[in-house]
This record gives sequence, structure tokens and C-alpha cells, in this order.
Amino acid sequence: MAEITTLREAIAAHVRDGDLLAMEGFTHLIPFAAGHEVIRQKKRNLTLVRMTPDVIYDQLIGAGCAKKLIFSWGGNPGVGSLHRLRDAVERDWPQPLEIQEHGHGDLSNAYVAGASNLPFAMLRAYLGSDLPKHNDKIKFIQCPFTGETLAAVPAVRPDVTVIHAQKADRKGNVLLWGILGVQKEAVLAARKAVVTVEEIVDDLQAPPNACILPAWTVAAVCCVPGGAAPSYAHGYYERDNRFYQAWDAIARERETFQAWIEKHILQTGDFAEFQQVMRDSRPAGVR
Amino acid sequence: MNPAGYTTNEMMTVAAARLLRNGAVCFVGIGLPSTAANLARLTHAPDIVLIYESGPIGAKPPVLPLSIGDGNLAETADTVVSTPEIFRYWLQGGRVDVGFLGAAQIDRFANINTTVIGDYSRPATRLPGAGGAPEIASCAGEVVLVLKQSARAFVNKLDFVTSVGHLDGGDARARLRLPGKGPVAVVTDLCMMNPDQRTKELTVTSLHPGVTREQVRQATGWQIRFAEALQETPAPTDTELSVLRDLEARTRIAHGGAGVVSA
Repeated sequence: MAEITTLREAIAAHVRDGDLLAMEGFTHLIPFAAGHEVIRQKKRNLTLVRMTPDVIYDQLIGAGCAKKLIFSWGGNPGVGSLHRLRDAVERDWPQPLEIQEHGHGDLSNAYVAGASNLPFAMLRAYLGSDLPKHNDKIKFIQCPFTGETLAAVPAVRPDVTVIHAQKADRKGNVLLWGILGVQKEAVLAARKAVVTVEEIVDDLQAPPNACILPAWTVAAVCCVPGGAAPSYAHGYYERDNRFYQAWDAIARERETFQAWIEKHILQTGDFAEFQQVMRDSRPAGVR
Repeated sequence: MNPAGYTTNEMMTVAAARLLRNGAVCFVGIGLPSTAANLARLTHAPDIVLIYESGPIGAKPPVLPLSIGDGNLAETADTVVSTPEIFRYWLQGGRVDVGFLGAAQIDRFANINTTVIGDYSRPATRLPGAGGAPEIASCAGEVVLVLKQSARAFVNKLDFVTSVGHLDGGDARARLRLPGKGPVAVVTDLCMMNPDQRTKELTVTSLHPGVTREQVRQATGWQIRFAEALQETPAPTDTELSVLRDLEARTRIAHGGAGVVSA
């Protein structure tokens, strides 16, 4: 049953060094506040899995939290490269990063397989592609009924999945809407799930087919308003495109990246303090 | 801007947009494909169905999305489904007519690389990776590719085959029993190419106005072939240009000055 707690306590209680950690959110509802807390608590040797490791994983990788990355598209959406990811892959900084890469259809199916308690997922892909040559987790199988060749990939079963959602009620039932990505599958595939939300309300007032994660599927719920920024929370705030662009310059050099992490994350106590530092460092006249 | 009053990028986007028929179900990559698909929707193809891999089906964004999961895609869609559902029911289920993709590198059989430049384990340049392209390349009814032409992008041999076009040509796709027909057109800032019916090798079928064969040869890493009946691409019309420019201007304002990556 979900415990309603602080983000600091939830990450300390549920994320351990060496875990397979999924922090999902497809452009929308990316759990940035939780990512910062993982950095703040200096978690190490994590295997990070995420379909689109954008700026959130660039921060975790550059801060030295990760030994391995499982992913299907690694870029800064609408801007360009993830410089910390590239520095780790191309030059082993701050430490070597093993990568295991897939396609989106593949990885989203792998979460479905995890949630379904199946050992693997299958799909129509990769015939003729070089990806299976460099990822021994992509294999081909024969359909026992038709003889067709299909790709098979192992299920993703995270130790912990972290997502951000719009609302929870006081029991810890979680409601999310808009672009849902693989959040539901990633939660149901994991041993434990931590959810940050924009607000905790008395009544979710959700229609019957809404995407709800019942409280008993979630270990911890933390109220962290703004916790998906600089990504967006549908119905609450928009994507901060300027930050994604600014990140390109911050992350390009090791020194500017380290200074940013030090000032904004390591020297702040929680996400509210981080938000205050961000507000203080904006040029006058900019939101 | 050339003397004709439009840029080569605009010519490329317009030429790509024209390939999308009204009513087609189109799986759209971010960047250039998304720009061209929305131009098609705002000109000759108002009933085109745009699917983005983040989950929106039938998106009608008022401005171009900066990312593949922008809120305006969800707000304007006919429905929003989960990402696994997009790939399982809609793409693999055979409901996508056209996969519309970009690439960093392409070869003569329209196989594409979006993974690495150089060696995989010690890459010279690490690119973002596959995204949904391997599944789109397999399962979309057909594929249209749009990318700027240069000898660095149009290479004799790919450093990495991320997503298949026509493999080594001929009937290779059919032999592998791939569900979709594969690439049917490549649109660049210089020309249009189509696979030869028999060999599947890309052949220049239309030069954009003012472009010479020599320019195309210089910008291609293999001995590029030209169709016997080589056409000239019709220049963008005033309507196409004004709709495209309005869309891009609205987009710049909406994203607070943040530009749309179009290549």
C-alpha cells in the first residue's frame, strides 16, 4: 500500500546502489525532481533503463550514478545531443558506461512483457538491422504456428520504477492523463514503484476508463509540485523549452556541468530549494 | 534564399509534403518529417492522419511540436494511446500507410543509420539511436525519407544499419517477409529519388529548380544514377510557401523563440 511520504525518504528507502532503475515519462511527466534526489543521495552503479534518456539521464550519467544504460533513443529532444551521455560513451567520463540499445517498439514491448510476467517480448523488427549484432539481448525466434521469424527481447523488470503523475488521493491512488508513454507498464513491471505527483486531493474525480494506478501497486507517493519541470505536466504547466536549449551549453563541457550540478542539486536540500535557485538565477524579466 | 524567392530547405519540405495523399495514415518522425506532414495537412491533405510515437493519433498541432510528445499533440488528437499500443496495434497491426522518417546516413538502397558514425564500440560520433525507426521501417505500408543531401550523409557504405530500406536490393525485403514495402521515395534539398523498380537502387527522378546533375553527384558518396526521363520538381507555390512560413513563424512565437530543429 502506498506510503505518502517525502521524496527524500522515498528515494532513500527504495532506491539502492546497483539497482535496475526505470524513470519513465515520454517527453511528458518526466520525473526530474526524483532524478535530482537520486543524484543528491549519491546513488551509484545504477543500471538505468528508459526509452528516451533525455536531459534527466544526462544529469544522472554525468553525476556518476550509472554504470549501464538500457535505452532506445538518447537525445535532447528538439535540440540535439546529450553531451554527458556522449562523453561517457565516447570517453568513459566520469566512468565507463555500458550501453544496451533497442528500438522504441522493442523496449515498450519489453515493459509490457515485464508487466505481464512473461520472460520475453516479441515483435516484427530488426531483420537486416545491425542492432542485433551489437546487442545480444535481441534474438530471433520461429513462430511455432506459422514458421515466421520474429524478434525476441527479454522482459524489463526494474527493481524500482519512478514516475511523475498529476494527482493522487489521500490513500495513494494515482491518476495520470495526456501522453502516457510506458508509465503504467513500467510501474506494473517493477518490484517497487515511487510516484511523485503535482497534488494530493480528496477525490480524483476520474472517469471510469482513466489511467489509474491503484494505491496497492505503488510503494510511495510524494507530493512534489512542479516535479516534472523542465518537462511538462498536462493541465498544470508547459514544457520549458528554454531550459532544454540552455542545457546544451551547460552540459557541453565537464566543468560547466559539474558547477551546475553542484549549485543546483548537491547544494540544495530538496526540489523546492532547487526551484528557488532556478528562479534566482533567471535573468530579470524571464519567467 | 535563392533568386526564386525560397530556400532549398523550403523546397525540400514542400516536395516531401506533396508526397502525402489526403487521408493517408502517416507515422511521423520529429523534425523535418513532422514539418512536411503538417504542411501537407494545412494544404492539400486536410484529412491526413498524423500518428506520433508518443501516443497521439490524428494529431492536428496548431504549431510544430518541438519534441515528439508535446502537449499540443495530445490536445488535438482524435485519441491518445500508450506507447506500447501505438507500436503493437497501430504500427505492427498494419494500420499505418506511410512511415515518414529522417536519417543521419543513407545508402543506395535507402537503408539508414541513426546510431553511430565510426566504430560501434568506439564511435567517432554517437547519434541518438533507433527510436521507433526499425519497427517503422519494417511495418509501415511504405516509407518516405527526407534529409539534406551531402557526401557525408549519402554514403557508399553505412557505418551502422539501424533500420532497413531495401537491404542489398532486388527482392531482399520480400525474401525476409518484411510486412511493408519499404522506402518509396527520398526527398533532399537537391532532388527527389525513387528506388529502381527492379534493382531498388535509388535513382534521381527529379531535380529541384536550378540544381545540376553535377551538384547531386558531388553530394552523393556513390555513383548516383539518373532516370532517363529526369524531371524538374515544380517550384513551391505561393500558397505552399506562405502556409509553411506562417506555420514556422507561429511555432517560433509559441516556443518562446526556441527554434524547431529541422535537419
